[in-house]
Amino acid sequence: MDGNLNALTTVFTEFYYWVTVVFMFLIHVGFCMYEVGASRHRNHMHTLMKNIMIIPLVTVTFFFFGWWIYWAFPSFPFFGGLNYEAGAANLPWSQNMATNLSDRITGVFWAAFLLFSWTAASIVSGAVIERIRSSALWVHAVMIGSVFWIIDAAWGWHAEGWMVKYLGYHDAYASGVIHAIAGGYALGVIMVLGPRLGKFAADGTPRDIPPHNPWMLTIGIFLIYSGFWGFYAACNIPVISPEGIGGMLTGDTWTATNIYLAPTSLSAITFNFLMSMSGGLMAAYVVSKGDAFWTFSGGLAGIITASAGNDLYHPIQAMLVGAVGVVIVYKLHYWVERTFKLDDAVGAVAVHGYSGVVGLIIAGFLLWGAPSSPYEGFATVNPVGQVVGAVIMFGVLGWLPGFVIAKMQAAAGVLRIPVEVELQGLDYAEHHAYEDAKAEIIAADKAALNGGGVPAE
Amino acid sequence: MSTIGYDSWAVDLAEVGAVYPFQGSEGLMVVLGVVFWIAWHRIQFVREGQHLEKAKRMGDTEKIHSLLEKY
Repeated sequence: MDGNLNALTTVFTEFYYWVTVVFMFLIHVGFCMYEVGASRHRNHMHTLMKNIMIIPLVTVTFFFFGWWIYWAFPSFPFFGGLNYEAGAANLPWSQNMATNLSDRITGVFWAAFLLFSWTAASIVSGAVIERIRSSALWVHAVMIGSVFWIIDAAWGWHAEGWMVKYLGYHDAYASGVIHAIAGGYALGVIMVLGPRLGKFAADGTPRDIPPHNPWMLTIGIFLIYSGFWGFYAACNIPVISPEGIGGMLTGDTWTATNIYLAPTSLSAITFNFLMSMSGGLMAAYVVSKGDAFWTFSGGLAGIITASAGNDLYHPIQAMLVGAVGVVIVYKLHYWVERTFKLDDAVGAVAVHGYSGVVGLIIAGFLLWGAPSSPYEGFATVNPVGQVVGAVIMFGVLGWLPGFVIAKMQAAAGVLRIPVEVELQGLDYAEHHAYEDAKAEIIAADKAALNGGGVPAE
Repeated sequence: MSTIGYDSWAVDLAEVGAVYPFQGSEGLMVVLGVVFWIAWHRIQFVREGQHLEKAKRMGDTEKIHSLLEKY
C-alpha cells in the first residue's frame, strides 16, 4: 500500500466489503426463518438443518474451486480459453487465498461472492421443502452455489465477461445472475421431484398449504430485506479512480461503480432499492387481494425485477418496474401451478426466477443504448442481448442442470423421501427419541424425589 | 442513441450529471407515479369496504364467544 490515500482506499474497501458480508448473513437467517415458518410442525428441524448445512458445504467448495471459476471463466469456452493467469491468484493453494499483508482484498471480496452463493442455494432449498432428501439438496446446493451461478457471474457479471462484451448484457444487482438462475434451477428440480402429498386434489385442483407460522415468515422476509441492503452495497465497487478503472473515463473524478466498473452511486441504488420495494409491495397487495404471503414476497419481487437496471433507473421508473414485474410474476406462478401441477412451496421460482427474467428484459428496453462497460469495444445494452441473457441464466445455467441432476438422483432413488416418512414427518424419529429421553429423565427425577435421595449424575 | 444520454463512458465524470433514462420526462414520470399511488388507495378503499360488508355477516355467535374468551 504505497501512499496514504492508497492505504486509506484499500482499508476502506476492505472494511466496506466486510460490512456487506455481515449484512448479507441476515439473508440466510431470513431464508431459514421463512422456510421453517412455511413448513409444517412435523418437518421443522429437517427443514432448518437442510438450509443451515448449505453454509459450510457451499463455503468450502467455493474456496476449493468456485472462486477460481469466476476469474478463469469470463471468456471460456466460446470466446477464448480459461484465463489461467487471473485464476492463479484465486486457486485454493495460492498465497493470496490466505493471511497475506500484500493482499487485503481477496478474502472480503471472496466472502461477498460467497454470500451470493449461499443465497442462490437457499433459493432452491425453499422450493423443495418437506419432500426432498437433504443429501440430494446438498448436492444441488454445491452445484448451484459453487459451479453454475459462478459460471454465469464470470460470463455476465464480470468486467470482462463475454456476455457483457458481445451481448451488452447488463445486470447490475443480479436479477439474472442470482435470481433467474436460482429460480430456473429450482424449477428444474421440482419438475422431477413432484409436489408435496396433498398439494393437488384428485381432479388436479391445487390446494393451498398455509404456513404454520405467519409471524416467523414475516420476520424472515424482513431479515431478507435487511440483508438485501448489504447485497446491493456488495455489488458496487465503493470508490475508484478513473486511473484505477483504466477504461475510457477521462478526468480525475473518483466514483463508485457497478460490478462492470461503470459509474453509479450509493445514492442512486438507495433511491431505487426503496422505490422498487414499495412498487412491488403495493402491486402485490392489489394483485393478491391483500394476501400476506404474496404481499411481503412482492416487495422482494419488486426489488429483484428492478435490480438489473437499478444502478441507472430513475426512482419512479424503479417503482413502476417493480410493480409491473410483480403482477406478471404473480399471474405466471398460478398459471404454471395449475397447468403443470408444480409445487413451488415458497414461491421461489416465481419471486426469484420469473422476476429475474422479467427484470432483465425490461432493462433491455429502458436502458437501450446505454454503455454496458467503461471499456472500448463492448456492446451497448439492448433488448436482444438481455433476452438471450435471460435464456442463458434461467434456462441454460439454471433449469437445465437442475433438471438433469434431479433426474439422475431420481433414477438412483436418492431424490425424494419415502411416502411413509413424508406422512409421519421428517422429524418423527428425532421427536420420538426426544419424547423418550424426556420421559426417562422425568421418571428418574421423580424416583429420586420419592426415594429422598439425590438424582443420579 | 441511448436512453440515458450517453452511449459510451468516454467522459469526464466532473461534467456528468443525471444518467437515468428519459431525462426531460420527469414531470410525466411523477404524474404516472402519483396516478399509481392514488389508484392504489382507491382500489384498496373499495375492496376493504366490500370485504367488511361480507365479513359482518359471516360471524357465528358461538365462535365469536370463543374468540372473545381467547383474547
